Amino acid sequence: MKPSLVIFSLLTLGLLIWGFDQAIFVAPTEATMGNIQRIFYYHAPSGITAFACFFVNLAASLWYLKTRNLRADALALASAQVGVIFCTVLLITGPLWARPVWGIWWTWEDVRLTSSLLLWLIYVSYLLLRRFSHAGSMPVLAAVLAIFGSVDTGFVYMSIRWFRTQHPQPVLFGDSNSGLAPEMLHAFLVNLLAFFAFAALLIWMRYLLERKQQRVEELHALAAVGGAR
Amino acid sequence: MMLLHLHLAYIATWTIHGAYLTFLAVKHARLKRELQKLETKK
Repeated sequence: MKPSLVIFSLLTLGLLIWGFDQAIFVAPTEATMGNIQRIFYYHAPSGITAFACFFVNLAASLWYLKTRNLRADALALASAQVGVIFCTVLLITGPLWARPVWGIWWTWEDVRLTSSLLLWLIYVSYLLLRRFSHAGSMPVLAAVLAIFGSVDTGFVYMSIRWFRTQHPQPVLFGDSNSGLAPEMLHAFLVNLLAFFAFAALLIWMRYLLERKQQRVEELHALAAVGGAR
Repeated sequence: MMLLHLHLAYIATWTIHGAYLTFLAVKHARLKRELQKLETKK
């Protein structure tokens, strides 16, 4: 294991522990919802981190379409996979928070909820395409699908600004009535930083594995050519 | 119910991340073995 990867892993672990402490023990209890609001410190950073991963996936996909560079393809796969993991966390913690607060687990009439599920489905289909298609054009098709996915990422982000349905309005970067108490904002920012670092670490590790996978495929191809001669 | 849901959310988060880290570790071990085998052959 590379020393830089070990150092970054330890730093990330420290940030995650700090974030957990802030969310559970330091942040004040919200007046209306009580302790259940502490899900926010994992729910919202997971969503923002998933968006960031899908943005990296878009950038890597465009890079691949322009250059056909295998490093870009490996980065696109790594960021999409990690994005799906964080999006899964978002979709599980959301209903767990919604049930005690709204009285329902889920509503199909909410634009933020349904578009988030659609986003998850788009990137799961992206990963399935990559996993089960062995055609030479697969990375190009995947890169094009990633561009469609990124359109939904933008839509999910804007949905609570454009439509007033069940999901609350944004607490950050919203209108003049939005915002968080300073102690809550601090806990949120620590967790956001920790989740960003954790996502970067996972993408880095997955990228290195994908580069190894590409090397294995290259050696298999060379062996096949050697065997045919 | 409030605390149960809060605990479930945190447990679910770390179960998902733990499962993914395990997947990465297994994939790493398999690729390392395969790469060593192929490079020895070469």
